[in-house]
Amino acid sequence: MHRFANPTRFLRIANAILPWSAAVMALSLGVGLVYGLVLSPPDYQQGETVRIMYVHVPSSWMTLFVYTAMAIASFVYLVWKHPVADLAARASAPVGAAFTVISLSTGALWGKPMWGAWWVWDARLTSVLILLFLYLGYMALANAFDDRQRGSRAAAILALVGWVNIPIIKFSVDWWNTLHQPASVNPVGESGISIDASMLVPLFAMAIAFKAYYVTTLLMGIRREIAAAKVRTLRLAEVQG
Amino acid sequence: MEQLIAFFDMGGYAGFVWPSYGVAAVVMGGLFVAVWRGLRHDERVLARLQAATGGRRRVRAAEESGSRGIDTGGARMADQAAARATPDSGGPA
Repeated sequence: MHRFANPTRFLRIANAILPWSAAVMALSLGVGLVYGLVLSPPDYQQGETVRIMYVHVPSSWMTLFVYTAMAIASFVYLVWKHPVADLAARASAPVGAAFTVISLSTGALWGKPMWGAWWVWDARLTSVLILLFLYLGYMALANAFDDRQRGSRAAAILALVGWVNIPIIKFSVDWWNTLHQPASVNPVGESGISIDASMLVPLFAMAIAFKAYYVTTLLMGIRREIAAAKVRTLRLAEVQG
Repeated sequence: MEQLIAFFDMGGYAGFVWPSYGVAAVVMGGLFVAVWRGLRHDERVLARLQAATGGRRRVRAAEESGSRGIDTGGARMADQAAARATPDSGGPA
């Protein structure tokens, strides 16, 4: 982990990964869209609305994944003061917020025809809404101070404390009686994977595409933050003569 | 043609399926473009700033090493480049 704390070395690694992650993203997005919209069959109960699953479920997975990555980066920043860890957390927040917006809005678009309601205040939906506020709160807090480091520290603490929401979201459908269904892809649980292979192909293709999207935007975001930090340092040096 | 109409109709759920994909495309595409443009902007500013300060340092080093009658046009250009690169440097950070 310490090897990546050096921005110059990090930039070299990031630039090596970027074209690959972008290629994986484009390729799996193509496969996911063709299978999801054309080749996969309609559901026997839900009809064509099942195709909403191929954006809703991968984006929902990513909301938890990105937040956890952000919390780990925040932890590394708080404990070891790694500058790149702070930049990684900062660059993750908007991506996570974007996935949460997609998860909530596609959920509403799926909920209306299948449940008869755009929104219900059940445990799963409410906890995901709180996650969106955590992302937005992180971004606001990180940029709320003139002293950037104070913002980073305060936001990192918020990210860590807010992580308590992640297991609540994950297990909300098991702990409480929710309108939202429990997980259908649960490799470690008793229920296993209860989706047909014809639907798993687009689901996993889109999941890979979204993950590669996160990697690509994250690396570009960190690169941007490193450049911005260098600009700040140079300007400060200029002012101080 | 009928197949195409049926495809876009999505079994009568077109109003729910297509907006789902649309929201994902707009949000993810928008963020991607924003990050990409921000990256290009910041790296361009950095390159200009580095060229400017680097140029000035070179000129100063040359002056210090004794070659007096050096053409200071380079330094002037570097200052102008720095001024261009820092349009908001007057206000509080």
